[in-house]
Amino acid sequence: MSPLDVLLWVAFPYAAFAVFVLGHIWRYRYDKFGWTTRSSQTYENRLLRWGSPMFHLGILFVLAGHVVGLLIPAEWLEAIGVDEHIYHIGATVLGSAAALLTIAGLIILIYRRRSIGPVFLATTRMDKTMYVFLGATILFGTVATVMYQVLGPGYEYRGTVSPWLRSLIFLQPEPELMAGVPLAFQLHVLCATALFALWPFTRLVHVFSAPVGYFFRPYIVYRSRDAGRSNRPTRRGWEPVATPQDAKKAAKARR
Amino acid sequence: MKVMAQMSMVMNLDKCIGCHTCSVTCKQAWTNRTGVEYVWFNNVETRPGIGYPRGYEDQEKWKGGWERTKRGRLKLKAGGRFSKIAHIFSNPKLPEIQDYYEPWTYEYDMLLNSPASANIPVAKPKSLLTGDDMAIKWSANWDDNLGGSQETASADPILQHMSEHVAMEFEQTFMFYLPRICEHCLNPSCVASCPSGAMYKRVEDGIVLVDQDACRGWRMCVSGCPYKKVYFNHKTGKAEKCTLCYPRLEVGLPTVCSETCVGRLRYLGLVLYDADRVAAAASVENEHDLLEAQRDVFLDPHDPAVIAAARAEGIPEDWIDAAQRSPIHKLIQEYRVALPLHPEYRTMPMVWYIPPLSPVVDVVADSGADGEDVRNLFAAIDKLRIPMEYLAGLFTAGDVDPVARSLKRLAAMRSYMRDVNLSETRNEHIAEAVDMTGAKIEEMYRLLAIAKYDDRYVIPTAHVEQARELEEIACSLDYEGGPGMGGAGPFGSSSGQPVPVAVENFHVLKNRQTADRPSTPGRVNLLNWDGNGTPPTGMFPPKSSE
Ligand code: SF4
Ligand code: SF4
Repeated sequence: MSPLDVLLWVAFPYAAFAVFVLGHIWRYRYDKFGWTTRSSQTYENRLLRWGSPMFHLGILFVLAGHVVGLLIPAEWLEAIGVDEHIYHIGATVLGSAAALLTIAGLIILIYRRRSIGPVFLATTRMDKTMYVFLGATILFGTVATVMYQVLGPGYEYRGTVSPWLRSLIFLQPEPELMAGVPLAFQLHVLCATALFALWPFTRLVHVFSAPVGYFFRPYIVYRSRDAGRSNRPTRRGWEPVATPQDAKKAAKARR
Repeated sequence: MKVMAQMSMVMNLDKCIGCHTCSVTCKQAWTNRTGVEYVWFNNVETRPGIGYPRGYEDQEKWKGGWERTKRGRLKLKAGGRFSKIAHIFSNPKLPEIQDYYEPWTYEYDMLLNSPASANIPVAKPKSLLTGDDMAIKWSANWDDNLGGSQETASADPILQHMSEHVAMEFEQTFMFYLPRICEHCLNPSCVASCPSGAMYKRVEDGIVLVDQDACRGWRMCVSGCPYKKVYFNHKTGKAEKCTLCYPRLEVGLPTVCSETCVGRLRYLGLVLYDADRVAAAASVENEHDLLEAQRDVFLDPHDPAVIAAARAEGIPEDWIDAAQRSPIHKLIQEYRVALPLHPEYRTMPMVWYIPPLSPVVDVVADSGADGEDVRNLFAAIDKLRIPMEYLAGLFTAGDVDPVARSLKRLAAMRSYMRDVNLSETRNEHIAEAVDMTGAKIEEMYRLLAIAKYDDRYVIPTAHVEQARELEEIACSLDYEGGPGMGGAGPFGSSSGQPVPVAVENFHVLKNRQTADRPSTPGRVNLLNWDGNGTPPTGMFPPKSSE
C-alpha cells in the first residue's frame, strides 16, 4: 500500500466529503438566493423537452443502481435469493439501459448548451467545470461497464469497490481494496469524488431541493409579514426595538 | 367566518388613454435589471388584441388557473401535485421568451462615434439575449392602438370565442385599453402550483409574493397563473412578479402605477372577505355565477358582526376603518360598477375593472344622436351586441347582463350630471332607472369623475408595532454590500445574500449612472437612465472643453 493509495482512496474521499457537507451548509446560509435550478427553458424548449427528462430520469435510475450495488452487501442480496449471476445480468441490462438514457439526454443537453446562443451565454465557468467532471464520471462509468460487464467476463466490483466505500463509511478505511481495481473503475471513482467536492458550488445543489413537501402542504400558502424576519441577521446596534405588545407576547411565550 | 383583509385595486377603463406611463414607471421601479428586460409587471393592452404574452387568455393552450371537476372540486387545470412533479424536468406549458418578445437595445455607439460620411449612420437593434443583430418582430405592445391588428387580432382568444363574423368588422366598432397587473387573487393558482412553497399570500393584506430565498426555479407558477403575471428572471433563475409595491403600501403610499397614472383611474383600498368561503365560491358550477359568488365572499365592513369577527382575527382598528372607507368596497359592492377580469379562471382575482362606456358613446355620437341622452345610451347598450359580448368575454365569463347593468349606471351618471351641470335639474327618474338615487349617483360621480387623491387611495399603513419587521425599514441600514452588487458572482449573476429591494435598485441605478462604460458594452440602453443624475456615459458626446 503506497502513500499514493492512501492519498487517493482515503484522504481524497474524506476531504471531498467534508467539502461536500460544509460547502452545502455554507452555500445554504450565504447564498439562498443563488440556490436554484437556473433553468434555461425560457430560451429554448424543443431540445430541452427531450433532453432534460431523459437525462434526469436516467441519472435517477443510475443512482438507484449505485445504491444497490455499492451500499447493499452481496451476501444480503444472496440471502433474499439474488445470487451473483442474477445480479450481474440485472445490473448490466438495467445499468446499460439507464446509462444509454442518461448519455443520450446529456448529449442533447450539451449540444443545446453549445449551439443555442442565449443558453450558451448563460453558462457560467462553474457550469462548464461541472459539465467536465459530470461528463467524465459518466463516461468512465460507461466505459468500465461496457469493457468489463458487457463485452468482458464481468468484473466483481462488489468484492472491491463496494466494501471499500463501506469501509470509508464505517471509518475503517481499507485503501488496499482499491489498489488492484481496473483503471476505468478507478478513474470513475476519482472523477465522482471530485464531482462531490465541486457539488456545493455548482447548480447541482438543486438536487437537494427536490420538492417533497409539495405532497403534504395545502395548496394555498399564507405567510405573515413577521415570518421573513429570521432570514436576515441583525447587525450590532440595530436590534429591533421591542414594543409593549412584544414584551407581553414574549412573557406569554415564556409562561 | 374567518375575516381577512385584502388590498385590492379597481381601474376605471373609460379614463385610460393608453399612455403606458404606468408600465414605464413600474419598469423603472422594479424591472430595470438584466434578466427581466422582457418583463412588464404592469402592461397596457389594446383590446381587441392578443395581449402580452401573446394569446395568454387561451387556457385550452396554456392551462392556467383552476377547473372544476365533475365531482364539483377544484383542480389545477394543468394537473395537480403528482402531475407537477412528473413534469418537473421540463414544464410542458411554459411560455418561451418568444411568446413575450425577445428583448433588445440599439447600437447607439454607431450614432455617436460614426465618422463623417455620406450616409446617415443607423443604430441597429441588438438582442439582449445573444448580443447579435436581430429583427424586431414583436414586443409587449406591438398591436398598440390596433396597429397591425388586421393581421393579428383574429387570434384574440376573446374574439375567437365570439361568433365568426365579428372578427372582420370589429375595428370600426370599438377599441379600448386594458392595463393589467397581478390580480393578487384570493385563490391564487400560482401559489398552488409552486412545488417549493416559495410563493405565498400575505396574511395581513393578501399581497401575493415570491420568496426569493425559497424559489428554486421550477417555473410552475409561470404556467400556473392564467393571467401570466409571474415571470421567470432568466439571469437569476427565479420567479418574479408584481409586488403591489408593498414597500410603498406599508407606509401608506399608493403603488407606483397608481401614483403616476395620467388618467387618475386607479383606486386602491381594502376589502374584507371570508376566507372560509373562498374555495366554495371558486367552485360554483355555472361560470356565470362566479361573479356573484365572489361578491358574496366579500363582507360588509359596517356590519357589527363582521367588525367583531375582524377584531377577533387581530385586524387593527385603523384597518377596519380603512375598509369602511374603501373605494374598492364602494365600487364593487355599493355601486356595483366594477367587474373582475376573467372570473372563469376561478382564481378569484382582486383587481377589478369598471368597463368602458366609450365604445357605446362613440357609436351613439357617430350616428349623430345625442351621446349624453340616457335613452339613446340605454338603447345602444341593449343593441350593440359586439362590444357588449366582448366586454362580457373579458369580465363576466360571457354573461352580458352584469356588463349591461354596470354600463347603464355609468350612462345614467353621465346624463344625470349633464342635466345638473346645464340646468341644475336633478332628474330622479334617471337614477331610478338604474335602481339608484340621485344622491348616490352624485357620490359615485365624486369618486369616479372628481376622483380626489384621498378618495382614490385609502391605504392604512402597516403597524408601528410591526414596523421593525418590515423589509425596508430594518434592512436598508443593516445591509453592507454583497455579491449581488458587483455583477456576476461565482454561481451566476445575483447569487449571494438577499439584497433588500430598495438597496438593490439604488445600487443598480448608481452603478449605471456613474459607470465608466455603458451597461451593455458598445451600446447605451436608454431604459437604464431615469433622468436623474449624470446620464450614462456614451449617451452624449464629450463636451468640447474636455
Ligand atoms: S394573477 Fe397574480 S395572484 Fe393571481 S394567479 Fe396570477 S400571479 Fe397568482
Ligand atoms: S398611466 Fe393610466 S392612463 Fe396611462 S396607460 Fe396606464 S392606466 Fe392608462
